[in-house]
Amino acid sequence: MTAILDRPLVEVRNVRHFYGKSAESNLLVLDDVDLTLFDNEIVGLLGRSGSGKSTLLRSIAGLLTPTGGSVAFPAPATTVSMVFQSFALFPWLTVQQNVEVGLEAKRVPAAERRKRALAAIDLIGLDGFENAYPKELSGGMRQRVGLARALVVDPSILLMDEPFSALDVLTAETLRTDLLDLWSEGRMPIKSILMVTHNIEEAVLMCDRILVFSSNPGRVVAEIKVDLPQPRNRQDPAFRALVEDIYVRMTKKAAPGEARDGLFPGTGISMVLPRVSTNTLAGLMEAIAGGPHNGKADLPELARELQYEADELFPIAEVLQLLRFAELEGGDLRLLPPAFRYVEAEVDQRKQLFAQQLLNYVPLVAHVRRVLDDRASHQAPARRFRDELEDHMSEEYADQTIRSVVQWGRYAEVYAFDETADLFTLDNPT
Amino acid sequence: MAQRDATTERGWPIARFLRMRSAPSWADLISFLLLAAAAVLIVRGAGEASQPLAALKATPVTLDAARLPEYALRTTLRMFAALGASLVFTFVFATLAAKSRKAEMIIVPALDILQSVPVLGFLTFTVTFFMNLFPGRQLGVELAAIFAIFTSQAWNMTFSFYQSLRTVPNDLDEVSRQFGFSAWRRFIRLDLPFATPGLVWNIMMSMSGGWFFVVASEAITVGNTTVTLPGIGAWLALAIERQDLHAVAIGVGAMAVVILLYDQLVFRPVVAWADKFRFEQTKSQEAPQSWVYAMVRQTRWLRVGFAALAWPIRQIGRIDWSVPRPPALRLGGETSRILDILWLVIIGGFAVWAVAVLAGFVSHTLNWSDVWTVTGLAFATLVRVLILIVVASLIWVPIGVWIGLRPVWAERLQPIAQFLAAFPANVLFPFAVVLILRFRLDPNIWLSPLIILGTQWYILFNVIAGASAISTDIKEAARIFDIRGWQWWRQVALPGIFPYYVTGALTASGGSWNASIVAEAVSWGHEHIEAVGLGSYIANATAAGKSAQVALGVAVMSVFVTALNRAVWRPLYRYSERRLRLD
Repeated sequence: MTAILDRPLVEVRNVRHFYGKSAESNLLVLDDVDLTLFDNEIVGLLGRSGSGKSTLLRSIAGLLTPTGGSVAFPAPATTVSMVFQSFALFPWLTVQQNVEVGLEAKRVPAAERRKRALAAIDLIGLDGFENAYPKELSGGMRQRVGLARALVVDPSILLMDEPFSALDVLTAETLRTDLLDLWSEGRMPIKSILMVTHNIEEAVLMCDRILVFSSNPGRVVAEIKVDLPQPRNRQDPAFRALVEDIYVRMTKKAAPGEARDGLFPGTGISMVLPRVSTNTLAGLMEAIAGGPHNGKADLPELARELQYEADELFPIAEVLQLLRFAELEGGDLRLLPPAFRYVEAEVDQRKQLFAQQLLNYVPLVAHVRRVLDDRASHQAPARRFRDELEDHMSEEYADQTIRSVVQWGRYAEVYAFDETADLFTLDNPT
Repeated sequence: MAQRDATTERGWPIARFLRMRSAPSWADLISFLLLAAAAVLIVRGAGEASQPLAALKATPVTLDAARLPEYALRTTLRMFAALGASLVFTFVFATLAAKSRKAEMIIVPALDILQSVPVLGFLTFTVTFFMNLFPGRQLGVELAAIFAIFTSQAWNMTFSFYQSLRTVPNDLDEVSRQFGFSAWRRFIRLDLPFATPGLVWNIMMSMSGGWFFVVASEAITVGNTTVTLPGIGAWLALAIERQDLHAVAIGVGAMAVVILLYDQLVFRPVVAWADKFRFEQTKSQEAPQSWVYAMVRQTRWLRVGFAALAWPIRQIGRIDWSVPRPPALRLGGETSRILDILWLVIIGGFAVWAVAVLAGFVSHTLNWSDVWTVTGLAFATLVRVLILIVVASLIWVPIGVWIGLRPVWAERLQPIAQFLAAFPANVLFPFAVVLILRFRLDPNIWLSPLIILGTQWYILFNVIAGASAISTDIKEAARIFDIRGWQWWRQVALPGIFPYYVTGALTASGGSWNASIVAEAVSWGHEHIEAVGLGSYIANATAAGKSAQVALGVAVMSVFVTALNRAVWRPLYRYSERRLRLD
């Protein structure tokens, strides 16, 4: 018995993956990742966007070949199937035809196909919807179809890529509970589930084991065993403690000595900046400064209060940290003196303060401003900076970074920007 | 439960037929009659086409109204045959371009140019070719006519299909890869359905375009003999030659009836059916309606009939053409770059060879002064096209906006505008000639409106669509802030419709260039009037059989159309995409 249990279903060794056109401008999304998946467990891959967890899942699904490392299935006849975040249903096929699609590809005879599809539809609670088209269904129903389609081919491993993140809170919860029920009752033919998520509570609720990924590049920074008995209760102190613990791990600064300059990938001018609106930054500072927090907020609590996913809250907090408005430590976000001054100030003062922090702490903003000051025309095409960035990062990241810098600089009136001409200027609109 | 059986059962249609219980309804009867009549007509039409050429001379086309239904049928069959050929061409070449980067490098630019080339000019060459293929048989001439129509239909369909293949949603692509679909199954299950709505729309556009060529392709002159194929086009040509206004009117009427019939019996049902392939997860607000489609779906007998017809197609769809996939060659970056360069060198070599052949052909009879003359004529046509686009816009934009803002009117008039766009304006040209001759007008000015007669509707129905798409929020905001007059046009209406307008104007401009070949030189019996321009130059050269001049004229026109698209329409389109959309 133990012999069978010990035999892993999947063995991922030293997987590395680059995205990018050439070897120079590429982006390392997965760096030296190991993963072993055993029989009878639900494993969660938890991390921020850009941590490569979806890339890892797709490597296991065989949808892409990682640049380096190996993905092996030691047990014979191991098959995988996948559930997608966007459901990925064929809009022109009925529920039943959608479910049959995988069997059809395997050349299963029509009669058997029909029998198995109806059984899967039955299992997943879609009885009566066999002839409906996906567009007639609600989001939750659609994901049930996605689940039935994945299960009907009898996979050993079910791969799920953020399966509940496109659903509303209530629907997602129902679907999670139903899935866990089916799993615990052993009614699904699968041996193991590997799911990607950025929702910490979801991971703690569902998984037996959680791999926490750091981003840029994606690495496994922690492996957490969840021993809480199923069904789990979100209000249980042990549950809360575990969530808190994961928040802390995910906000922990990189260990000293690692080649990282702060929060974002890249260094100095070529730092990849996330798109966070100045309104959101102001809103978060105001929320933490007043009320029950008084300048220091616990991230899980803040996320729940503001109805943000951890994934959405992190970039905002990190931009505040970059601008030295706040500091992230141990799962807490603590405001610094400039933030308090900012919250108290009037509109114009706020802008001045923001401009100061931008010029001091965001090298790219300072760089753009310097170029504009140096030129007699006080103009510079954005193309110039974009090209500069593209030497260090992908086109999309460069574009995103430029957009952030445009928005922040415009708000702070560090410079103006003409969208049509794609031009930075020092003109003040009259 | 009974309903589930009827639609999910994939067994023999006969078995399903036997399981039917109720007696047929009146709708069953009508539908059955329609289907049977269509079958008989198709068989008859096809039988006639395989007659020897001599039979044509024995029974020349006459202006006998009793024979008109038969002519109409022959013309329609020709158009659908061309459509079938276009579909095959589309599937092969669009797929090739989408799947192979090397094929794409040639096919896409070629399509781009072919789309704007006036193929009318090549008729003389192709007729000779096809007649030699089947000497002495009517089939050769038929094929030549079908080919002429094909050249006006295929390119935009191929382009649309290619673009659809390139934009297949990533997640569906991953699903089909994850389940290990064979190439054929992927085509049937993913590529084809995803491309269907765009393809159907382009097929309808192509059919309209095809009518334009019917008149020209059914009365073909080879050397000094004219072969006339029985059809509406030949009827119209004969009526024009004999200056029989009455017969022209009857022919135009017959054409309108045919267009209306296939629009109602074929295209509306297909559009309504294709709606289910639209890639959107939410239910569309208003699905396209068709009474025929509704009838087919509601009528038991008919559904079974269609299932029987569709059965072979389903079977083909289910066959697993399990072609063993060639092992994926993993080439290093270096090797693939060398292969790319090699490929480019080969293409470059062919291009040089082509230029040499063309230059040899053209310089044999022409010199540089001809090139300058033709360029000058092209500018005359360019001025005509641009002025007319402006004039048509000034007329149709306000009207289109007015209609578009009134949903009730828009719903009623939109199909009419689309019908008008499908109507081949060239059959109305004789009426214009009669007027110009009677009032002794200057053809250089008064022939010009004919260029845009058929294409102006694209502007109208796109503007209607744009105006109906202006959001209620914006309209209400405009009302609350009391925005009206010029400010309303400048800040609300024009930005709202601009992207749609550009699409319409681009189509209208492209079509107008093609139309100029027919519109700048118009005949009415022995009366012949023409306007100075590239269109009349090509038309005259074709009539005189001067192939070098035709080639030169067509080449110059292609250059102009392509340049106009690149220099004017595409930048406008990009501008509207960037500035006038809020997401």
